[in-house]
Amino acid sequence: MILFGYRLPAMSSLILWGLLWEIFGQLEVTYFIPSLSAIFITLIEIAPTPAFIKAISETAHAFIVGIFFAVFIGVPVGILMGKNRIIDELLLPWVNMFLSAPLTALVPVLMVLFGFGIKSIIIITTLFAIWIIVLNSRAGVMQINRSLVDMAKSFGAKPQDAFFKIYFWAALPEILGGIRIGFIRAVKGVIIGQLLISIVGFGALFELYSSNFLMKHFWCVIIVLFAMAFTLSEILAHLERKVSYYASKRG
Amino acid sequence: MNKENAVTVKNVYKNYGDVEALRDMSLNFPKGELTSLLGPSGCGKTTLLKIIAGLLPATSGEVIVNGEIVKDPGPDRAFVFQDFALLPWASVIRNVAFGLELRGVAKSERESIAQKYIGDVGLKGFENSFPHELSGGMRQRVGLARALSVDAQVLLMDEPFSAVDEQTRRKFQEDLLNLVKDQNKTFIFVTHSIEEAVYVSDQIALLLPRPSRVSEIIRPTSFKNKDVDSIRRDSEYLDIVDRIWKSLRSYVE
Repeated sequence: MILFGYRLPAMSSLILWGLLWEIFGQLEVTYFIPSLSAIFITLIEIAPTPAFIKAISETAHAFIVGIFFAVFIGVPVGILMGKNRIIDELLLPWVNMFLSAPLTALVPVLMVLFGFGIKSIIIITTLFAIWIIVLNSRAGVMQINRSLVDMAKSFGAKPQDAFFKIYFWAALPEILGGIRIGFIRAVKGVIIGQLLISIVGFGALFELYSSNFLMKHFWCVIIVLFAMAFTLSEILAHLERKVSYYASKRG
Repeated sequence: MNKENAVTVKNVYKNYGDVEALRDMSLNFPKGELTSLLGPSGCGKTTLLKIIAGLLPATSGEVIVNGEIVKDPGPDRAFVFQDFALLPWASVIRNVAFGLELRGVAKSERESIAQKYIGDVGLKGFENSFPHELSGGMRQRVGLARALSVDAQVLLMDEPFSAVDEQTRRKFQEDLLNLVKDQNKTFIFVTHSIEEAVYVSDQIALLLPRPSRVSEIIRPTSFKNKDVDSIRRDSEYLDIVDRIWKSLRSYVE
C-alpha cells in the first residue's frame, strides 16, 4: 500500500492495531486486557523459565511428530486415491466424514485409549491435519494432464516411476496447499489436545495462568501461539508460490 | 509397392460402450515412410494412433509392429503429443532425456544423447530452460527431441503442430520432410489439415466417420523428390488437396 507517497511494508497495519491495543491497555478499562507493552515485558520475563521452555518443547515435539505422520501418510494415500478408483471409493467417505467431523469430541475417547500423555496429543494433531492433506493431494492428482500420464505410459514408466516422477510433482502445488492448511489445523489440534488433557505443554500453562488470573502471562502464551502459527503458514505459502508457476501451465 | 510394412493394422474394432469408434479398420504403414491419418473430427484417427501406441486396447483385431502384436507401449514406438506433454517442473534437457530416464539409462549417458537431439531440433542453448519459458513451437521441438532420443523405429505424432502458430508450423513441416529423409524411421502422423497431410506425406490414409473407415489411400508421386519450396506449387499437390476436400466436404458441418 502507498500512503502519502511512501510505500508501506507488508503488515504495517499491525503497528496501528498494536498501538490501539496499547492505548486500550493503558486506559485500564478492564483487568483482562493488559497493555501490549506489559505483555511483552512479561514475555521476556517468562520466556527463559523452565515451565515455558518445557511447554514450548513439548508442543513442538507433539506438533512435529503429528505433522510428520499427517504428511507422510496423507500425501501417499491422497495420491493413491487420485490414481486408483477402488481405493478412492473405499476411503473417500471416511476422509470426508473426518474432515467435517468435530474432532474435539474424539479427544476424550483418545485419552482413554492412549493415555493422558504426549501420545494422545500426537494422534490428535495428526487427526486434525491429515484429512485435508489427503483431499488436496487427491485433487492435485485428479486434475493431472492426461497426456502426461499417457506420455509416461508410452515411454514404459514403471508404476513407482509414474508415482514419484509424474503424479507427485504434478500434484505438488495442491499438495503444498493441503499441507499448509493441514499445518494450521495441526496447530489447532495440538493446542486443543493440550487444553483438554491440560497437564502437558501449553495446556498446563493455560491452566496455571488462567486459574490464577495471570492475564499478562495468559496473553503472552496466546501471542506466542498466534505468531508461531502465522509464521508457519507464511513459510508454507511462500513455498507454494514457488511451485505455482506451473500450476497454471498444466492445462 | 512391395515395401516392407513397419506397422500393420488388421481388422481393428474399437467400441466405447455402444458407440462404435472404429469399424474393421485395416491399414499398412510402409517402413521408412510418413503416413498421414487425415479426416474430419470424430473419424477415430487419434483413437487409431493410440491403439497403435498401445495406450488404448482395441476391442478386437490386431496391430503388428515389426512382426510383433502390440499389447502395451513398447520401446519400438515413441509418441509426440498434441499438447507437448512436457514436465513443467523439469528443464529442457531432463524433459528430452525423460524417455531414457524411464528406461533406466544412466544420467551422463542419457544427457549426452539428449544434448545431441536438442541440437538436432535447433534448441541448442536452451538445455536449462523450463517449458514455461519457451514458445509453443519450441516446446514441441522438445517433445520431438524426446521422441527421437529413445531411438524408436516408429514415431507416432498426434496433431503435433496444431497448437503452434502458422509460421512455426510451416517451418516444422519442412523440418519434418528432412527428418523423414534422414532418420529412416516410420512416421504415423495424425492431422486434420489437408494441406499439411499432402505436403508431408508419402501416403495419406483418408478416414471418414460414422462408422469410421478408411475411404481412400493416396500416394503422391511427382513432387516427393522436389525441393521443399516448390511442393506447394506442384500441380499434383494442388490436385490432391482438391480431391481430398471434395471427399471431406460433406462431412464437415
